[in-house]
Amino acid sequence: MVTLVVAAYPKTSYIVIDEEKCKGCHLCIAACPNGVIGQASHINRMGYIPATVIREKAEECTGCTVCAIMCPDTVISVYRHDRVSTHSAP
Amino acid sequence: MRLETPEFDTVLYHRPESLEDYPLHLCPGCGHGIVHRLIAEVVDELGIRERAVCVASIGCMVNSYHYFKFDGLESAHGRAPAVATAIKRCHPHLVPFTYQGDGDLAAIGTAEIVHACARGENFTTIFVNNAIYGMTGGQMAPTTLLGMYSTSTTGGREPARSGYPIRVCEMLSALDGPAYIARESVHKPSAVRKAKQAIKLAFRTQLAGLGMSLVEVLSPCPVNWRLEPVDAMKWLAEHMLPQYPLGEYKVIEAVAALKKETDHA
Repeated sequence: MVTLVVAAYPKTSYIVIDEEKCKGCHLCIAACPNGVIGQASHINRMGYIPATVIREKAEECTGCTVCAIMCPDTVISVYRHDRVSTHSAP
Repeated sequence: MRLETPEFDTVLYHRPESLEDYPLHLCPGCGHGIVHRLIAEVVDELGIRERAVCVASIGCMVNSYHYFKFDGLESAHGRAPAVATAIKRCHPHLVPFTYQGDGDLAAIGTAEIVHACARGENFTTIFVNNAIYGMTGGQMAPTTLLGMYSTSTTGGREPARSGYPIRVCEMLSALDGPAYIARESVHKPSAVRKAKQAIKLAFRTQLAGLGMSLVEVLSPCPVNWRLEPVDAMKWLAEHMLPQYPLGEYKVIEAVAALKKETDHA
């Protein structure tokens, strides 16, 4: 029996960006209503400056999926933390 | 590498199953990537991955068979509607769709698409209009706007020298053959959602055997427009939408009934 502690996750939704496939078009940065996404400080293997989640703003992600909808390279996945642990559910 | 544990979480958005996990060759900010993803999502939602056949033509979408996990066929420049006609007539259970650009569909392939529409063939066409020849280096296309810079109209397109832009949806909607013709755009998230609905209705039109369906998608070409991707989206909204108004140009009654079913479901 594994019990997940919800409080360990400070935010309800989050995005995962595959930075090695990101081409740095920054359409997601323009689309995000809460300014969660910004430019990274490094260059990826293809030579682009990828988009990344700004650490201070990460908690403001609402999981609206607008960034993923605008991403031409489909590098953004959006997830929401479940309130109920999948292990303890009947 | 994932730092979090997505297997415990609800997936709100993930790469569609029909799209390969493979980097696209397209330029940063290109609308083709969005349209590829929309098609893959629609194919997944309709459950036709085993039956779908992508007929790619020549242009920036030429490598699309690399990215889709269903069958693909490469056709000669502009001749995708003829290939799709053959596939649909020989194998009626397959779901062929053509994926064409504006240099392909509106220039060299104009006769093909006009006659495919006039015959009322039962396949789907996704027409991506970015108002320029992208792959060959930004020459003028038939859909280039008046006054717009391209490498072959360096002073802007002048009607006296290069004529006027073609409005494909308006032109084809005058024919009796097509069942569904719509023009959508990908310049903002709400427009992308609408474009997906239009593409889905186009595929459902084909699955119901109602006739030819065509969706034109206005798309940015940041590299050849010489703009940043975000500015290209704004330029599209400001300059292309007045010339190419969005909307449905032809919906026959059977398709309207089909659409109503979706709205109520």
